[in-house]
Amino acid sequence: MTGSAHAARVPELAAIPSLHATGIQDAAWLLLALPLAGAVILLLGGKRANRWGHLVGVAMPVLAFAYAVAAYVQMLGYPAAQRSRFLIMFQWINVGRFQIPLGLQLDQLSICFVLLITGVGSLIHIFAVGYMSNDPERRRFFGYMNLFLAAMLLLVLANNYLGLYAGWEGVGLASYLLIGFWQYKPAAAVAAKKAFIANRVGDVGLSLAIMLMFQQFGSVTFTGVFGSVHSASHGVVLAIGLLLLLGACGKSAQVPLQSWLLDAMEGPTPVSALIHAATMVTAGVYLIVRSAPIFDLSAGARIAVAIVGAVTLMFGAIIGCAKDDIKKVLAGSTMSQIGYMMLAAGLGPAGYVFAIAHLLAHGFFKAGMFLGAGSVKHEMDDEVDMRRFGGLARVMPITAVTFGLGYLAIIGVPPLSGFFTKDPIIDAAFAKGGTSGALLGTAALIGAGVTAFYMTRLMFMTFAGERRWDDKVHPHEAPPVMTGPMIVLAIGSVCAGGFLILSNRLLNFLGPVTGVPPTSHGIWTPAGIAALGLVVVGIGIAWLLFGRREVPVVAPAGSPVTVAARKDLYGDAVNESLLMRPGQWLTRLSVYFDNRGVDGLVNTVAATFGGSSGRLRRVQSGFVRSYALSMLVGAVLLVGAFLLVRL
Amino acid sequence: MTGTHSLILAGSAAETTRLLAYWVLAIASVGAAIGLVLARKAVHCALMLAVVMLSLAVFYGMEGAPFLAFVQVIVYTGAVLMLFLFVLMIVGISAADSIIETIRGQRMWAALSGIAMLVLLSLVVGHAVIGPTTKSSPKFGDSNVSALANLIFTKYLYPFEITSALLITAAVGAMVLAHRERIRPKATQRDLMTARVAGGRPAPLPGPGTYARHNGVHMPALLPDGSQSELSVSEVISGVQSGRGDAPALPPGSSTSAEGDE
Amino acid sequence: MVSPAHFITLSVILFVIGAVGVLVRRNAIVIFMCVELMLNAANLAFVTFARMHNALDGQVIAFFVMVVAAAEVVVGLAILTSIFRARRSSSVDDANLMKY
Repeated sequence: MTGSAHAARVPELAAIPSLHATGIQDAAWLLLALPLAGAVILLLGGKRANRWGHLVGVAMPVLAFAYAVAAYVQMLGYPAAQRSRFLIMFQWINVGRFQIPLGLQLDQLSICFVLLITGVGSLIHIFAVGYMSNDPERRRFFGYMNLFLAAMLLLVLANNYLGLYAGWEGVGLASYLLIGFWQYKPAAAVAAKKAFIANRVGDVGLSLAIMLMFQQFGSVTFTGVFGSVHSASHGVVLAIGLLLLLGACGKSAQVPLQSWLLDAMEGPTPVSALIHAATMVTAGVYLIVRSAPIFDLSAGARIAVAIVGAVTLMFGAIIGCAKDDIKKVLAGSTMSQIGYMMLAAGLGPAGYVFAIAHLLAHGFFKAGMFLGAGSVKHEMDDEVDMRRFGGLARVMPITAVTFGLGYLAIIGVPPLSGFFTKDPIIDAAFAKGGTSGALLGTAALIGAGVTAFYMTRLMFMTFAGERRWDDKVHPHEAPPVMTGPMIVLAIGSVCAGGFLILSNRLLNFLGPVTGVPPTSHGIWTPAGIAALGLVVVGIGIAWLLFGRREVPVVAPAGSPVTVAARKDLYGDAVNESLLMRPGQWLTRLSVYFDNRGVDGLVNTVAATFGGSSGRLRRVQSGFVRSYALSMLVGAVLLVGAFLLVRL
Repeated sequence: MTGTHSLILAGSAAETTRLLAYWVLAIASVGAAIGLVLARKAVHCALMLAVVMLSLAVFYGMEGAPFLAFVQVIVYTGAVLMLFLFVLMIVGISAADSIIETIRGQRMWAALSGIAMLVLLSLVVGHAVIGPTTKSSPKFGDSNVSALANLIFTKYLYPFEITSALLITAAVGAMVLAHRERIRPKATQRDLMTARVAGGRPAPLPGPGTYARHNGVHMPALLPDGSQSELSVSEVISGVQSGRGDAPALPPGSSTSAEGDE
Repeated sequence: MVSPAHFITLSVILFVIGAVGVLVRRNAIVIFMCVELMLNAANLAFVTFARMHNALDGQVIAFFVMVVAAAEVVVGLAILTSIFRARRSSSVDDANLMKY
């Protein structure tokens, strides 16, 4: 089914020469240097930089965004076949056969991500100026955020897998630092550690894939790998694909490495917005789409990606239904939406473009909703339990409107973004055909309905209904520095999807890189209409349960499914019993063995010597006659030996 | 050895004398040696050793070493053994060894090793080539001294010189070891008298007792009430002060005990 | 006829008796005397072997043994005397400070 697309695509990719960047694009290293310089200035500047630190911290992403726009405009000026440009910054690794230059690749896929990262990133940085205004560590915060931007840009711009991996690790580090930003909170420190370790498990997959690539193809650059991948055996390609999927699962919080994302909400809300909604968690999708030539050659890897996506989208949706913490609901929603993207990416060229489209649109509306949640939390004295909200639309109108636009976008109400980006994924899933296509499409459909349910629940509990907050809190609208970015993102939530999908704009733009879907679907398809119907059903059920009835302040016991969803569908319990306890037992066993076995051996040797020396020294009785006796016995033995020899 | 018996009957008188001398002196020396090991008083041990040495001197004479025989008597028995006796006197002759062995298993192991040594050495002797004795050559008997001198001063000159150095060293060493440095000035007669007057006894000590059958310096004198005067016997003899040896024996012939021989 | 075997046997017996004597006696001077006994036994053996080989070397060696034994006795008894002066005891078992 993808064969024709495959045959149509490979010659295109092979035909694209990688040209050297010229003109403005030649300074693409600025995209890395600006945020990195910001991070260095802010982190090394110390307390002196506290007064102006945040300004530097905001200026860097804004400048980077300006540059990215200029580079994008220049790229539009090139014909479609010549838009992929590279530039080498320096020779990074120079060891015999292993030659890795640190190079940047500016093509259509990477410029999409760069614009998203710098654009949404700048808005979130501006928001953070207001959100973190009371925090004395604001300068350090911006330092870490700039560090994150630098690493994320390296990830999407690198022209080889090792540079991508360097950026991958960098965003993992930044995520750890930012989740645990308030180190004095034990929950935050634990969550940061959990995120890092779960990411690390995924990183093992990615690093093994890179090693395998080097061993098989002798190169880790994109051009090198994609050029030689069709000469590799099916097993190798499948292995590389599955290992890349493992890496993507870790970074994008897909099942089975999903447990860290909800805990990561311990970090400040701008962090959740930028890293855990718009950019870092989408790195896994970027990896899969970038490695399209590898996945195109292995149906097994593709179906694995699609299954992971489908399972995760259901997983995240069910968890989001039962959480009372507004940020955790949004986190579950993120997990679910990325599941959609992975599902699309697992469909091959039929879905790559829609995965990226949904990713870009998701960046807008999810970041907007997170900023709205941050604004609510900021005004409600850091309260996040939705059972204590209620009726906030009256006191925070701008927040409510921007949040509401994001809500409509995510559930897929036309003509907002989600409708345009989510439905093609469902269509592509059904178009895959066979039982797999039917199952995947059904899962995506049901997921759409559940998404509508829990997002509507969130809206009713937070903004509608009677106020459930007491007189200690005085919520009012957030300051302009915070509402400004929210408004801009809301505009994006409304327009982005239509902009990308209508008249196949993104499809034509990205086609040379990812391949085009074999069949086009149009806007109103049967699956799309079914999805809309399920959305209405979801909204209706949520209104019945939460809009009409009083929302209890204390969470009721709930059904078994609710209980399970509150416990993250036992994700933590599974991790603990499968990994943590065996690891603990292994550690205890090793310690025991070290103490008793190794130390015991050494101590036994020492004790043997000590003990035998203690016994032997009793021979020295001090009596001359005992010594004389031993001399006589010795003489007897000597004479005997002499006799034996001579006889 | 079976030939010994026939030779006894048919041998010359000299041979018989030699045989007789050997056996008598051998038994005597072995007996004396055993006595040396077993005697309790040290002086008896010294006397046993003298017996052994003297019989050995006779053996040397029998074996054609007359010079050595005389050296044995004069130097070994006469000087070395006397030196032993002198030191015995200094150290104390009354100190008798107790018969109880303090080290566990010492006697058993000593006996065992002794027997083992005896057996092994006998085997050595049995396997050594013991040829018949060559007849004593005139070179042996007549000019034994000059032959010995010849050897000592030519072939064994170096050992001789070194041994003489050894002797000198030993003499000097003995002098140094036994020397007692005077750390206080010698007490003059005036000091002695002053001490005597200050000590509460200006008069000389009483002399030892003189009895009908005993008048040695070890006999204590009697006080007017019939008890012994401890002051009359030197503490060197009685050994009371230093605590060595037995308590002073009640003198026989005192008024409280019956007579008995010393 | 008195063969050298007789004398060697006698020498061996005297030597062994001397060795056992060193081990069982406690008085230092008596131990010394037993050592002298052993030396004398060795001398007897030397002289016998000299007679056996018809050479005077054995006698010379015996002579030197006597000289050395004399020197040894001198020094040994001097040491004994000074120990006795310090410790008032001539038992070798009392000089056991070099124990463990």
